[in-house]
Amino acid sequence: MSFFARFAQNRGALIGLIILSLIVLMAILAPLLFPDSPWRMVQRPFLSPLEVDGFWLGTDTMGRNVASGLMHGAWVSLLIGLVSTSVALLIGVPLGAVAGYYGGLVDDALMRFTEFFQTIPNFALAIVLVAIMQPSVTSIVLAIALVSWPPVARLVRAEFMSLRHREYVEAARLVGQGNLTIILRQILPNTLSPIIVLASLMVATAILLESALSFLGLGDPNVMSWGYMIGAARTVIRQAWWLSFFPGVAILLTVLALNLVGEGLDDALNPKLSRERQ
Amino acid sequence: MSEPVLSLRGLTLSLPKGADRPHAVEEVSYDVQRGEILCVVGESGSGKSMAANAVMGLLPKGVRPTAGEAIFDGKDLLRMTEKQHRALRGLRISMIFQEPMTALNPLMRVGAQISEVFEAHGRLTGKERQARALELLIEVGIPQPEKAIRAYPFELSGGQRQRVMIAMALALEPELLIADEPTTALDVTTQAQILELIRDLQQRHGMAVMFITHDFGVVAEIANRVCVMREGRIVELGTAREVLDHPRHQYTRDLIAAIPGSVIPETRTGETPAPLLEVRNLRKVFRSRGGLFKPAREVQALHDVGFTLAPGETLGIVGESGSGKSTLGRCVVRLERPDSGSLSLSGIDLSSLAGEALRRERRRVQMIFQDPYASLNPRTRVGMAIAQGPVANGVPKAQALARADELLELVGLGGVADRFPHEFSGGQRQRIGIARALALDPELIVADEAVSALDVSIQAQILELLEELKQKLSLSLLFITHDLRVAAQICDRIIVMQHGRIVEQGTAREVFLTPQAAYTRELVEAIPGRGHALVGA
Amino acid sequence: MLYARLIASRLFKAVIVLFLIIIFNFFLIQMAPGDPAAIMAGEAGATDAEFLRQLTERFGLDQPLHVQLWRYVSGVAMLDFGFSYRQQVPVLDLILERLPATLLLTGTAFVLSLVLGIVAGSLAAARVKKPSGSLIMALALVFYATPLFWVALMAVVLFSVYLDWLPAYGMYTVGAGHTGLAMALDVGKHLILPATTLALFFMAIYTRMTRASMLEAAQQDYVKTARAKGLAPRVIQRRHVLRNALLPIITLAGLQAGQMVGGAILTETVFAWPGIGRLMYEALQQRDYNLLLGIFFFSAALVIVFNIVTDLVYRLADPRIKEGS
Repeated sequence: MSFFARFAQNRGALIGLIILSLIVLMAILAPLLFPDSPWRMVQRPFLSPLEVDGFWLGTDTMGRNVASGLMHGAWVSLLIGLVSTSVALLIGVPLGAVAGYYGGLVDDALMRFTEFFQTIPNFALAIVLVAIMQPSVTSIVLAIALVSWPPVARLVRAEFMSLRHREYVEAARLVGQGNLTIILRQILPNTLSPIIVLASLMVATAILLESALSFLGLGDPNVMSWGYMIGAARTVIRQAWWLSFFPGVAILLTVLALNLVGEGLDDALNPKLSRERQ
Repeated sequence: MSEPVLSLRGLTLSLPKGADRPHAVEEVSYDVQRGEILCVVGESGSGKSMAANAVMGLLPKGVRPTAGEAIFDGKDLLRMTEKQHRALRGLRISMIFQEPMTALNPLMRVGAQISEVFEAHGRLTGKERQARALELLIEVGIPQPEKAIRAYPFELSGGQRQRVMIAMALALEPELLIADEPTTALDVTTQAQILELIRDLQQRHGMAVMFITHDFGVVAEIANRVCVMREGRIVELGTAREVLDHPRHQYTRDLIAAIPGSVIPETRTGETPAPLLEVRNLRKVFRSRGGLFKPAREVQALHDVGFTLAPGETLGIVGESGSGKSTLGRCVVRLERPDSGSLSLSGIDLSSLAGEALRRERRRVQMIFQDPYASLNPRTRVGMAIAQGPVANGVPKAQALARADELLELVGLGGVADRFPHEFSGGQRQRIGIARALALDPELIVADEAVSALDVSIQAQILELLEELKQKLSLSLLFITHDLRVAAQICDRIIVMQHGRIVEQGTAREVFLTPQAAYTRELVEAIPGRGHALVGA
Repeated sequence: MLYARLIASRLFKAVIVLFLIIIFNFFLIQMAPGDPAAIMAGEAGATDAEFLRQLTERFGLDQPLHVQLWRYVSGVAMLDFGFSYRQQVPVLDLILERLPATLLLTGTAFVLSLVLGIVAGSLAAARVKKPSGSLIMALALVFYATPLFWVALMAVVLFSVYLDWLPAYGMYTVGAGHTGLAMALDVGKHLILPATTLALFFMAIYTRMTRASMLEAAQQDYVKTARAKGLAPRVIQRRHVLRNALLPIITLAGLQAGQMVGGAILTETVFAWPGIGRLMYEALQQRDYNLLLGIFFFSAALVIVFNIVTDLVYRLADPRIKEGS
């Protein structure tokens, strides 16, 4: 069975893919449908949904269009999720590969380093980093990447450790291939499936982290994000619950979709494992 | 003849959709009589274990009976409810499995696991259960039974764990014992002990035993009657003597002929030239690195090992697990670095080379690996897998690929260079592995258990191929195996190892037919089927 | 003896980690915007120049970096985390005052999530391929994907604003002056919403992990052995499958400790629960970096203590590990 056939067999994964496509579409269409800045005050504050034409989701405490914020926020969430995951992979994959391939003291040193980062409470570290570096898209991406690479390193290390004594790798060493060739050609391609699956789940976690940071007021002050919208509406939740409700649903759906897609990828890329799991 | 304990009539088990054939077993009928051992023998994929699983009610998911019956004590096991079936399991029918290392719960003490059998069927009180468990452990001959009863499985050896499994199976004096390859995972001397134990207990308790195996040597040791299976069907059924001495079916004859060691070649004579490989005082100790708060541990894998190998010679290294034979092989190809001693190949010492210097010398010694499924990169086409060596040593890619084609032809797999490993069977992959080892025109090839993972008929073909290549290319071969029969068949000389030391070396005939060291004698005597003219001239 | 050695080795490691965090904190202060003296004083502009000069002298900020580092490290080693000028209290006092509330919240949420997660995960494993099993997993996935702070807010809207069942804010009813049992009940009532919302996310994790782990354990040979003995399915599930499946859960629970502290920051913020999470939020609002880093250090120390405990529990549960490895 092909990769796509296996992926499509998982109904949840298909639903996830559809939701995710819609959210990507939202992000792309945001500047076309709402060319104005989502920060602009365009109407009376506290309009409830559908109260005034053109403001399906109402306006917030400052009279800004909630629908516009929601669509622009999609772009920010996806961007930060993808970029921070990529940075985390750039740290974690080489680190894990070197630790797992060479073993011994190198492994010891790198793993102590990884453990150190794993011991520090994740979210607290992200808060401290963003607070000290001052909130901006760059500092948020860096902070999220810095707290999310350890699982990548551990996964890649474990894969490398189990593969480096696999007979085909030893055969490659015996015929005289160098370490770099063996790492890149023999081992890395065979670790890609679990890395891809983990990465899709990490994007989801990164989006959750970003929203939590923005909720606490650590978002980039120049970009509209879902977490910020919820945080800003928190104090008025008794009067206008919908201001917090819709951005929350948006986060939930995005993260859910990414998780569903991740599970589908897992089924499709590791068919034997997932069959055993059922 | 009295009523059989178990009677299979036309048993057919269907496989789930998408399997390589519709039925696991088809129209299988045989009886197991009180007080006899019936051996069900076949190669992998023959469906030999499936009938046993159906009898136990432990069929894997997706496999279900579609026809026939399995009569036990007048009732059809296939039509029982799970609850009725459960009441029989462990009480009147019990089973032991192949892998003693994983068959016991790692978190429970041995005594508790045996007591569970009584608990499952509501027998005895807690104290009595423990007392019975101890008696059983004594009966199956566990050393220090009072200690063993309180032990966790990881504290016991493989053979001891299999004894615990047998104790559990015997606990309630079942009428039928099913043994599914119970000795396959064990060393040959342990295997001999366990076979003796099973035979002994069977006679003492008068049980019926259904013994599943792939090894005709084991059949010769233990069977009263034999049922030979192939691709889900019975090929031949008869008494052990009939089947072993006068096999009627061609397939049975082939299987018996494929048992290695039935013919031991004459020792080649003639003056041996200067040695190709000279190993001296090789030592290797494995250390688990200690930490600030934990002590380091040491295992002596090689202890002053020395031998020579002449050009064109095949030298066998034989030993059980833990003998150091694999470490020796890995040191020779320099996947491990020996602690001390020398390893000179045509006069150049390989033992202390490292880095780039080692990489340049690597092409002179190549290896054939054990596991045909792990020895090829699943993402590399087989032609490229063979060509990688020459390419890494500076041969242009096109030329290396052309050479790979020739080599595949040589090992009997012409025109397949573009395929991926998963398209090949285990035997074919092993041929590809051999072609890869040949690609660099090495001076020496080390074969580490190169035929151990294969069915006996495939094993015979690969051994034949190696024999042929030896003649054609005058290969020098270091052949590592746990199986003295295989070594005797293919090697000129044999070295026997135990606990990291060489205990005996000599020509294959000498070692196999007139062993000198006590340990070698023990090994030879433990070979299953030896007393039955299946092995040895 | 073995345990003594083990604990010694773990404590040694913990000291190193904490030491590294102190150094890390020191460099963060250097990186923070503005004058480090001002940060220690609690934000630039908040104090007069003379006071800043005194501070600079007192903390040796005119000294070379390594001298400053030494002073900082030895200060923290003596549990001196500096002064929160915003709140006019030493950082240590603030944290110690708030710590019990956080321990109560995270402890309750931890037990709740672990127990419910294991129960739900075992049920889902037993009902694999059945609608009820799928439903459990779908719910777990939704809880896993929901932002914690949003669940908290929605819980407030539903249970406090509309249904008016439970208090939305704080730890005590203000001005009620309860004592003894009445006070415990009052705190308990305030605890329900924050502890449950914090537990939901972790319960989802444990549910998924328990199910996967149990399905894997069910494939093992020893389970086939247990069936061959004629044991009842329920006994097999409990004694053979679940016991083995729980080992990886213990490890996971240890790793989740850090996440739990992070979650507490969000829940305490929403529910105005007077713990160190809420304190961290206040420190953020007031740009009180000294306090922020003090809390950061303490939360790391909490996680380390918790990790040591799970490590010991694991060793009790798995007879195979006898050496410190």
